[in-house]
Amino acid sequence: MAKVIVYPPTSMILSDLVERNGHKALVVPEVVRRLVTANEIESPPLNITPEEPKKGLRYAAVDVPSGVRGRMSLIGPIIEEAEAAIIVEDPGWLTGCAGCSRTNELVRLLIRTKGVPVLDLSYPTNDAEAKVFVQKIKAFLEGLK
Amino acid sequence: MLVTKYVITSSESNVLPSDIAMKIYGSKYDVNVKETCFGVIVNGEEEVINALIKEIRALDPAGIFIKDRGFPPGDPRRCRGRRGGGARPGFYMIEAESKMLPLISRALAWEGDIPAIPEKKKPLAIKRLEEIAKEGLS
Repeated sequence: MAKVIVYPPTSMILSDLVERNGHKALVVPEVVRRLVTANEIESPPLNITPEEPKKGLRYAAVDVPSGVRGRMSLIGPIIEEAEAAIIVEDPGWLTGCAGCSRTNELVRLLIRTKGVPVLDLSYPTNDAEAKVFVQKIKAFLEGLK
Repeated sequence: MLVTKYVITSSESNVLPSDIAMKIYGSKYDVNVKETCFGVIVNGEEEVINALIKEIRALDPAGIFIKDRGFPPGDPRRCRGRRGGGARPGFYMIEAESKMLPLISRALAWEGDIPAIPEKKKPLAIKRLEEIAKEGLS
């Protein structure tokens, strides 16, 4: 079982397909869960402490907007954990924690420079594309076993 | 550790969110369940949720999708009832991907050959554009 990071990091379709094929999908909600449901809430309501921007500093310089560093404190550690990646380019509707374009550029760059196997795709718009989309993901994940 | 998962149904699935909720109510598992318009949110111990999800998926293997959620169901930090209305931030992603679920469901259920897709037209390469401009000006 390989740890596969998906981009967008909040994607339902990608994380579901990874789990269906017997691998572990690395996604942001899991990291958020660890923070917001921790027994010792140090900094209510979301438990973002001064430690989080420090984690973000490992991936982005201090003059980079705090939003990028904050997001990287969540996404950066899961990129480090990743053994493979599936990237879907230009979904066009990223919002919330996946809604920062500069962070997304940095995330894609860090995944590519990490040197793990990467599958590049785009979201399907018709049945034929969907079949190819699912087949490519399946073949990629089978190759990781 | 307590975990929360979304169980989301494809719009073409014969399984309704209420069917999933009723199955969970009638199961032996000790979990919290919240029914929504697009599926259900389940919250409970990790091993229990994993076993439950396997059973739910069996209802319609190609039409039911699972997604992780950070906040527990009804959490006042995310619940729109406490925030004065409006969709919670993560809903837009689910809404956008839900439109694609029928395509993915049909692809997962497909057992035939994979069709060849003609390559999409790419924008004109800059070098070719330069050549055309030079030809036009000379």
